[in-house]
Order: sequence, then structure tokens, then C-alpha cells
Amino acid sequence: MNAARSAGPTANLQAQSNERPHYQRPQLTTPFFERSQFLSETDTYVGWSGYSTIDVFSSVEQEYFAIRNSAAVFDLTPMVKYRIAGPDAERYLNRLITRDVAKLKVNRVAYTVWCNENGHLVDDGTVFRVGKDEFRLCTAERQLDWLLDSAIGFQVEIGEVTEQIAALALQGPTSCAILKAIGLVGVENLKMFDMGQFRLGERALMVSRTGFTGDLGYELWIEPEGAVELWDKLFEAGKLFGIRAIGYQALDMARIEAGFILPNVDFISAAHTIRLNRETTPFEMGLEWLVALDKGHFNGRRALVAEKARGSKCRLLAIEINGKKPAHGSLIYDGEKGLVEIGEIKSALWSPTCKRNIALAMIQAPYFSTLKEFWVDIYVHRELHWDRRMERAWPVERPFFAPDRRKAVPAGDR
Amino acid sequence: MSERFQHIVIGGGHNGLVCATLLARRGRKVLLLESADQVGGAAITREFAPGFQVSAGAHLLHALPAELTRELQLERHGLRLSARSLPTVSLNPDGAPLVFDAVTAGAPGERLSAPDQRALMEFRRQMARFARVFDLVQSTVPFRLGMEGSRDRINALKIALRIRLLGKRDMRELLRIAGMNAYDLLEDVFTSEALKGALGFDATLGAEHGPRSPGTVLTLLARWTGLSRDGNHGVAQVAGGMGQLTQSMARAATAAGVQVRTGARVERVLVENDRASGVRLQSGETIAGDSVISNADPKTTFLKLVGAEYLDTDFVRRVDHYRAKGNVAKLHLALDSLPEFRGVEAIRAGGRMLVSPSLEALETAFNPSKYRQLPDAPVLEITIPTVHDASLAPPGKHVASILVNFVPYDPQIGLAEARAQLQRTVLEVLERHAPGIGKRVHASELLLPQDIEREFGMAGGHWHHGALSFDQFFVTRPVPGATQYATPLPGLYLCGAGAHPGGGVSGLPGRNAALRILEQGA
Repeated sequence: MNAARSAGPTANLQAQSNERPHYQRPQLTTPFFERSQFLSETDTYVGWSGYSTIDVFSSVEQEYFAIRNSAAVFDLTPMVKYRIAGPDAERYLNRLITRDVAKLKVNRVAYTVWCNENGHLVDDGTVFRVGKDEFRLCTAERQLDWLLDSAIGFQVEIGEVTEQIAALALQGPTSCAILKAIGLVGVENLKMFDMGQFRLGERALMVSRTGFTGDLGYELWIEPEGAVELWDKLFEAGKLFGIRAIGYQALDMARIEAGFILPNVDFISAAHTIRLNRETTPFEMGLEWLVALDKGHFNGRRALVAEKARGSKCRLLAIEINGKKPAHGSLIYDGEKGLVEIGEIKSALWSPTCKRNIALAMIQAPYFSTLKEFWVDIYVHRELHWDRRMERAWPVERPFFAPDRRKAVPAGDR
Repeated sequence: MSERFQHIVIGGGHNGLVCATLLARRGRKVLLLESADQVGGAAITREFAPGFQVSAGAHLLHALPAELTRELQLERHGLRLSARSLPTVSLNPDGAPLVFDAVTAGAPGERLSAPDQRALMEFRRQMARFARVFDLVQSTVPFRLGMEGSRDRINALKIALRIRLLGKRDMRELLRIAGMNAYDLLEDVFTSEALKGALGFDATLGAEHGPRSPGTVLTLLARWTGLSRDGNHGVAQVAGGMGQLTQSMARAATAAGVQVRTGARVERVLVENDRASGVRLQSGETIAGDSVISNADPKTTFLKLVGAEYLDTDFVRRVDHYRAKGNVAKLHLALDSLPEFRGVEAIRAGGRMLVSPSLEALETAFNPSKYRQLPDAPVLEITIPTVHDASLAPPGKHVASILVNFVPYDPQIGLAEARAQLQRTVLEVLERHAPGIGKRVHASELLLPQDIEREFGMAGGHWHHGALSFDQFFVTRPVPGATQYATPLPGLYLCGAGAHPGGGVSGLPGRNAALRILEQGA
């Protein structure tokens, strides 16, 4: 076992960008920061894993429609990244995460979650199989202590490489066309969750057909020195394809439509909970398709086997709600009178594409399987006046929005 | 694949032998595998110089319940004591030593002031009352705090009742002192430096603690409990050395139907369908079993024999953090003649002699170990078993078996240098108490914690298989998730000193593990 938290070359870029001492400027910036700042009309920033990133460039709606109708660029660099390599890397990851890594081929990516010994979620993320014995794990939160403790007894090297890799998400119907336009020959043949090695001039550019929007889209990974060049080439080539930089808020809309969960919104990591019973299991999140109970032992397996036998105490459902008002933070009841509280809304959105009022709702047992209809208590704030209304809601298929273009091979141009 | 067993016990230390025997007595088909050429673990007798034999690990017997001795019929199987109720002799280089017996009735000590005599009598009575609680605690399978089964509730209630029976005054006193450090308690009670030093030594031997460290009253109580068990023999010496105890246990095991195989080193616990299904030996041979019971220490069991891939990160982290670094070294001396300790009659040289002249001296000897350094003036427990048992050495010659407390596992100066320095300082201390002893040394052997780790296969070289302290005691020993002799891996059990109640030659972890397996099913 061997830990290396590497200081990336971006440290220099940051030092140049501002001469104030670091403690007066605790937020980091990504290599795309100057380009992003140039395009920002609203100057709204949001902290993400210690980085300043842009919340909204111009307007959330325009940015959202770039994802669904043309192409959107999102700076993904703050996503925490680990390099995991060594003769035991596969065995190590198989013990760490819930999915079967042995089935993950080289140059493939998998979405996954991982649990503690109680079967409670620690985090979610993506595993990239870079080679037979080398992986990249992208996580929502910093995990080095968990990853290192998980490495006890395995021959594996773990290093955080967040600062060594600049990353952009390019998402939307014209994203493939833009990549072809910057010279990535054959990129259209990548299947969902494939990754491929390309070149951008002299530099290596890794492209994965992944994303957080549920649309056709790619994620681009490059050394930080090539970041600005990548950005410029995309925006140059993307002019005719409606390319637009987007912030966090627009992405959040798309991810709800795609039915993707977000840590600290839809679930909270067991590493952070203080109150009893605030932890969540993959079964409760509706993620049983990620849990390979038959692959041998992994963290939390024994608890999850027991939960499967016993039944989960709640479950995240995709629901649709009558009306147009997003049901942010609403409580859910079994009947219109609101007598028995049976759950609560985690994420809510008026979906501009589906034209439906959608939400991810955590519903308690047994109601998640017995009720075909719930009532949602929605609070509406209009011109300093609070109003509440009880609206009917019902379970629907997740994802809410899943266009065929997200899967098509070869990928389409629009 | 050879024949199939109901239980495979890994390791033939005294606890493995006790556990295997009790299971076989109840009709179970048991195989015991020992990697060395003889069973016994750290309770063996071996030659360390031509013609000189010594108990290689533990050298005094004081915690084995008489009840267990009877149950296993150890005397019928050859157990003999060459001495019992050995007094403690607290050496004093400038004058007469303090000789006292901590437990048995009668004159509590020589050269003690009248108030100290009274205090010792009262302290003994009080500790004996507390020991009744601890005796039950030590011989009870720890309950799960969730009280998942009726047995958990019964065991918890039995202990609660025993505490209740202490009465208000003693309950209050137990609450007051249980979390205290030995230094404060002994300073409260006694005035004699030699007495406090000696009792403080008992509170810290084998713990990574000085007398001022919190929780040292717990270790004192744990030790006292073994000493004061009803019908016990006090501090005793086994004829032929500790090896004869485990040899008698091995005969009891064989008589009960346990198959004992020596020279069989287990390399891995086999896991099938998330259950321990047998073992693989270093030779490559695999043996199937319905359950596997490990007498090895927790770190070795979980991290080496089972492997982290069958366990959860949280659990492995707890095992990894389990404190099991040994801090006791052992020095064996082959002596051409019986050394003369100042003020000690020859027969008393067969007692348990301590060099721990005061609590200050004890704390001062402890301090450097925090920084991985060696004490300048080591504190010692010295026995000369040949005073009572001539069979251990050639005629007229003697053996000294000496425990050196507070020797760090990984000394800063390196092992070779530490070995030389420690041997030198211990002999200097001995010379002060027994002038001329150096010239009588014919051969010697010094076992540092790392040597103990290697010889007995104990991770960290801690011969209690892990420090005994509140966080590694009873319902949390060795670590949460493995506190009921059962472990997170179904079919795998612990029966060694890493399990409750911990180290010392008591046989209780092995006995309790057998109880747990028999009562609650394997």
C-alpha cells in the first residue's frame, strides 16, 4: 500500500493567477477558470470540493436548453479523482464497491456506489478501467482515508490525481459533431460508458461517453497544460453547433430529468451523518442494479443480504406531481387530508423538456410498494406570501427523460 | 480433501487446547493444528542453553481457575506445581526487601508500618470483593449491546446482579476507582514506596501504560481476579516449566478425542459462500471443517489467515488499530550458581522478585517507551524457577527468567543496538541487587517484543494478544464486530487471548469460546 497525494501542475497556475497568500484565498480555481470567468455574465460562483466554479453563466434556462438542444460545456475538474493501480487493483475495487469489477473491461466505465459495513452508502462515483491493473475512480467527495484504509491487505497504490487532470463535460445532441470537428476521428463509435484515447495536437486526450445529463454526451480528460487549448478548440468548432458554457444549476436540472441522484441532496454519506438512521442503503436508493450480491464479499454485503431478506425501510421513487410548482422539500402523505406522513421529496423540478412536475421522493415502507397515489404538501412563496397546497402524486418510471440519441451508435450529429 | 471436522482449531496454545477439549467432550469432532513441533504456544518449556530449560513465555501460573483445572482433569494428565502461593519480594538495593503476599491471608508483609499493614489487609478484602464481580465478568461470554438474544440478556443481568450484590458502599467505591490510574489509587491507600511500586508493577505489566496512565486500576483488578479465585494456588510455578501445563492439556485434549497435529502451519482460512469452510496448510493440504476457531491473535487471524477481502473496511480498520504492540522483553540467564540477592534468604529467591522500588521509579521506567526508547533503569520481575524445580538445569546450576517491563516494540536505536543496551542495563540493575550475578551468567537469551512476535507468531509481540484497557475490554474486546468469539465471517471464531477476558494463562478465552459455540450454535 502506498499513498501519494500529488501536487499537480495546476498549483503553479493558481499561484500566478493571484498573488494574495493562499490563506486569504482558500478556494482553488481550475485551469478553465479564466475562460469561464470571461464568459460569465452573472458572476455567480459556487464552491465545489474546494474549487470556485460557476453557478450560472447567463441564465439557467438558456444553459439548460443548450444541454437538451445543442451542446453544453461544464467544467468537471473539481470532481475528485483517484488513481488506483497495482496487481490487486481489481480485487481491491471489487471489495470496495458494490458492482462486479471483474466484468468491467479495459476502456470501459461504470457508475457505482460503495458502502460501509452496515450497507450504508459512503459515496457514489464512476470507475474507469484504464488498464488491466489500473483504474481511475471519480468520487463526489474526498475519500482518501476510506480508500487507504480499504487498501490494508491489498497490493495497490492509491493517489489522488484531482489536480493532475483537467476535465470538461460536453453534453447535448451536437456534442459528437463538435468532437468530430476538432478532429477526434471515430469518436462517434464510442458506446455508452466506453472510453477512448485520442490526441489533441501533441497531447493525449481521453474521451469517455459518460455524463450527468442523461443525454448524448462525453467527458473529456486532459493534462492541465492542455486545458485552455481544449476549451478554445471546442468553442471555436462549436460556434455553429450552439455550444454554450453552463453552470451547476442547469446541470442539476438535467440530472433530475435523467433520474440521477446527488450526494447531500438525495442521500447523505454515512461518513457525515450525525443523527441516527439518516444513512441510506443502495436498495433504499433504488440502486439494486448496482449491487452484485453474487460476486463474493464486498463492503456492506452481509448487511445488504440481510436487508434484502428483511425488506428495505424506505425507497426512493420517481414520482410525478399534479400542477407546475416544484415540490422542493415537501412532505408526502398517504391521503389528501395529510394525516399519515409517509415520506419526503429529495429533488424536485418542473421539467422543461417533459413538461411534467417531477421529483425523487423517499417513501417509507410499506407505502412505497402498496400505494399507487400520494399527496404532496407544496409550499409556494409568491411576492412575500406563503401559500400551501396539497397535490396528488404518483410513481412513474425512472429516468423521466431518456432520449434514444443518448445510446445511438454511431452517435448522431444533432 | 481429507476427512471432515466439525471444528478446526488453529493454534495449540493453552486457550486453543482448552477450547478444543471442551468441544470434544461434548461429542464434537475436533482437529487442532499447531505450527510448532510441540503444542503450548507461548506456554512452553524449552532449552535456551545446553542443559538449561525455561518457560519461554509466561513463567508463573496465577490466573488458571481451579475449576477449569478440575474440569480438564489436568492433574490426572500430569500437571504438578513445584511451588504455590509464592510471595512477592520487592527488592531494595539499600536494605532489606519487602516481602508480602498480596492475596492470601496471614501476616501481610514484613517491614510494613502498622498503618500500611492495616491498609493492605483492607485493600485485599476490598479487591477480593471486586474480584468476585470481575471473576464473573471474565468467565462470561460478553453480551451484545443490542441484546439480540436471550443469552445476551441473561449474561448482562447476571453481571448486573453481581454488581448489585456488592452493596452501595462497594458499588460506589468500584465506580470511583474503576477508571482511575493505579498511581492515584495506591498513593491514596499506602505509604510504603516499595509496596506501592510492587502493586504498581502488577498494574502495568504487559499494558502499554505507566502507573499514572488512566485505566491501570482495571489491569490491576484483572490480575487480582486471577490471583484471588476461590481455591486457587496464588502465584504458582509449574513443575517442569509452563510446557508441562500445556502438555497436560494436550493429553486431556487427546483423551477427549481431539485430533492434535503439530508441525501443521495454517496458511489460510478457506472461505466458501461467505463462510469459513476449512483451512489450507503451508504444505498445500486443505482440510474441511464446519467451523474454524482461531487461537491466533486478532491481527494474524483477520489480516493474514482470513484476508481483508472477506471483511469490511470498517472492521479491518478496527483490527488494524487494535493496540497489540508488545512492551515486555524476556531475559533468560543460565547461572553457574544461585545468586545472592541482598537481604533475601535463599529460599525466598524462589519467590516472585520485583525490581520496582517506587511508583516514581516505575513511571520513570515507562516514560522512554512512549518515545520508542529504552529505560535507563528497567523494572523487572525475576523468578529463579530452579530454586523449586531442579529439573530445569544441570545439578547445582540455576535459571533466571526475567520480565523486563516497558521495552518498546520498535526501538528508535534499532534492534541490534537495543538488544545490547537492554542486556547491559538489566544486568547492571541485577548487579545492584545481587552483586556478582554477572560473573555467574553462563549463557543468556534476550527476547525482545519482536523476537516474541516471531517465535510465537503473535502480531506485535504482545503476549496478551493485545493491550488490556477499557477500549479493548469485555464487550469491546478485541474490536466491535468480533466480541462474542464469533466474527463477521460466519463460521469463524476466536478463542485466544485477543478475545475476552484477554491474556494471562487463564484458559478463559478458550473456555468461553467453547461455551459460546456450544450454547449458541456454530
